[in-house]
Amino acid sequence: MTVLKVTNLTKTFGGLKAVSDVNIEINQGELVGLIGPNGAGKTTIFNLLTGVYEPTVGEVVFLGKNTRNLKPYEVNHLGMARTFQNIRLFNDLTVLDNVKIAYHSHAKHGVVSSILRLPSFVKGEEEMIHKAIDFLKIFKLENKKDEIAKNLPYGEQRRLEIARALAAQPKLLLLDEPAAGMNPNETKELMEMIRWVREKFNLTILLIEHDMSLVMGVCERIYVLDYGQLIAHGKPEEIKNNPKVIEAYLGEEVAHA
Amino acid sequence: MIWMQQKKNYLSMILTIAALVSIWALVDYLTSGRPPILSGYYKLNIILLCINIILAVSLNLINGFTGQFSIGHAGFMAVGAYLSAVFTQKIMIVETIAAVTGLDPTGDVARTAGLLIAVFIGAMAAAVVGVVIGMPTLRLRGDYLAIATLGMGEIIRGLVLNIEYVGGAAGMSGITQLSSWTTVFILTIISVVVIKNFINSTHGRACISIRENEIAAETMGINTTKYKVLAFSIGAFFAGLAGALHAHYFYTIQPGTFNFLKSFDILVMVVLGGMGSLTGSIIAAILLTFLSAALQDLAALRMVIYALLLILIMIFRPQGLMGNKELSFATFGSLFGKKSSTGGGEQRDGSQSN
Ligand SMILES: Nc1ncnc2c1ncn2[C@@H]1O[C@H](COP(=O)(O)OP(=O)(O)OP(=O)(O)O)[C@@H](O)[C@H]1O
Ligand SMILES: [Mg+2]
Repeated sequence: MTVLKVTNLTKTFGGLKAVSDVNIEINQGELVGLIGPNGAGKTTIFNLLTGVYEPTVGEVVFLGKNTRNLKPYEVNHLGMARTFQNIRLFNDLTVLDNVKIAYHSHAKHGVVSSILRLPSFVKGEEEMIHKAIDFLKIFKLENKKDEIAKNLPYGEQRRLEIARALAAQPKLLLLDEPAAGMNPNETKELMEMIRWVREKFNLTILLIEHDMSLVMGVCERIYVLDYGQLIAHGKPEEIKNNPKVIEAYLGEEVAHA
Repeated sequence: MIWMQQKKNYLSMILTIAALVSIWALVDYLTSGRPPILSGYYKLNIILLCINIILAVSLNLINGFTGQFSIGHAGFMAVGAYLSAVFTQKIMIVETIAAVTGLDPTGDVARTAGLLIAVFIGAMAAAVVGVVIGMPTLRLRGDYLAIATLGMGEIIRGLVLNIEYVGGAAGMSGITQLSSWTTVFILTIISVVVIKNFINSTHGRACISIRENEIAAETMGINTTKYKVLAFSIGAFFAGLAGALHAHYFYTIQPGTFNFLKSFDILVMVVLGGMGSLTGSIIAAILLTFLSAALQDLAALRMVIYALLLILIMIFRPQGLMGNKELSFATFGSLFGKKSSTGGGEQRDGSQSN
């Protein structure tokens, strides 16, 4: 079953074509990688998928629905959740509240019930706490539930973002460089958690990673982006030996030198 | 879990109720004797204090908790004040109730019922104005709301100034004093409890998440426009309620009663108390109402002192007296039990969606 189908996706910023004629198709249960050098347009694709940006040209069909003109929260309600490359937590709130907010759209108690503290409020809020703690446990954050999010160490902030995204109970999870800034041990642990949640929640995952070797280890299929265009697509071994990919990444190394 | 928490807070709740009842009884005792122990001037300021608490707490919902910037709270007050006064002075709601039910129109029951209906209608009208102003402006990011609310205040003032039915420039005078210490006190408690309960629920957290990070909130499934408009109109509702109580205690309302300076007063209370702290707003309302009473004879100096106060807060304690912390009997309890957690600095981020 196709979860996500992207056709001719294009986004221009002024004169810059950040994303150019991109086609992507992802099936239920897949763990797909999206890689490419700095500024290739990976994050822009996430912003287009989640409704943060409007495509200049092209279509995004998610679970059979065209998401054009949908707001980010509507896309989220369809079953898509994401993390951000530059962590975007609710900084001054507790770890638990961060996760509870993502569960909000599944809450059944209304405003009046909350103001009057009706039994449905008590039941609803209690359920939210239980669910949120379950997600925190997966990412080994349950002991930190009462800490203020911004006081967490970096690696834990990244994990909290994923826990929060999962609390929205998505079918498709978009992870934007989840391992950025982590040490090799943390990265390894994180990749195991990602694989584990995919099984447990029957998730489809699209993962952006800057680091090619890392993404090779976990992804079944990889799309490679360079200057806004898809330059390759296939299994990790195919990508590894693709001359275009090597050139794109070599070019970057030369530029960095 | 909430039940356990609620049991833990049980004592705190009983203490709070006991404190509120004592305050009510004490003020009632001090102001209702013949002659009263405290003069009418004190009572007037105590009533004003309650009205200011409603105003500060409701503006905090918009500015402090939801992170929007409204500077026209007095405009909503005006809507509530004028509309409720029209209902009691022109439509004669108290007399109508008395005629329909056979109650004595000068009796407490008919008067209170009339007041409550007029107050509710005034508050609802303010909430509707809130929705009308909020819907187009709250979609936009940035300072549009500030400009729109500022403009709204002036438009409402201009409107009532030119409507002879509500007295034009002279305003409405001789409004029946239907508000009493008891009704004002009870409605103040209800206002604070409603806003507190809203904030401490998933809907309130949805509002707070907008303040914390609008893009993250929206991508996590929060309909940010809906919750901004909701918070804004709940805030407007209670400002309208405060305006209605004001009109029915102070006999007169004039277009100038609800000008920008009044909005500024309320804003100073919210900033001084702490954006995102209800108890902070209450403490600041108490401090500033008494400060303002003490400066009664130096009316011209008052605004200078307010402005200076605002600047001093910005420099020395930008998060306000309470930051985003709350004070309760439970807090006092836990102060002895365990160290309170560290709090403080604000973090706002840009709009780039990486
Ligand atoms: N809102 C915006 N306005 C203008 N230009 C933008 C905007 N967002 C992204 N860009 C540009 O689009 C290009 C692609 O950016 P994007 O962030 O998608 O790259 P990326 O592949 O995620 O890179 P990185 O690996 O550094 O995260 C860049 O040149 C960037 O400067
Ligand atoms: Mg990026």
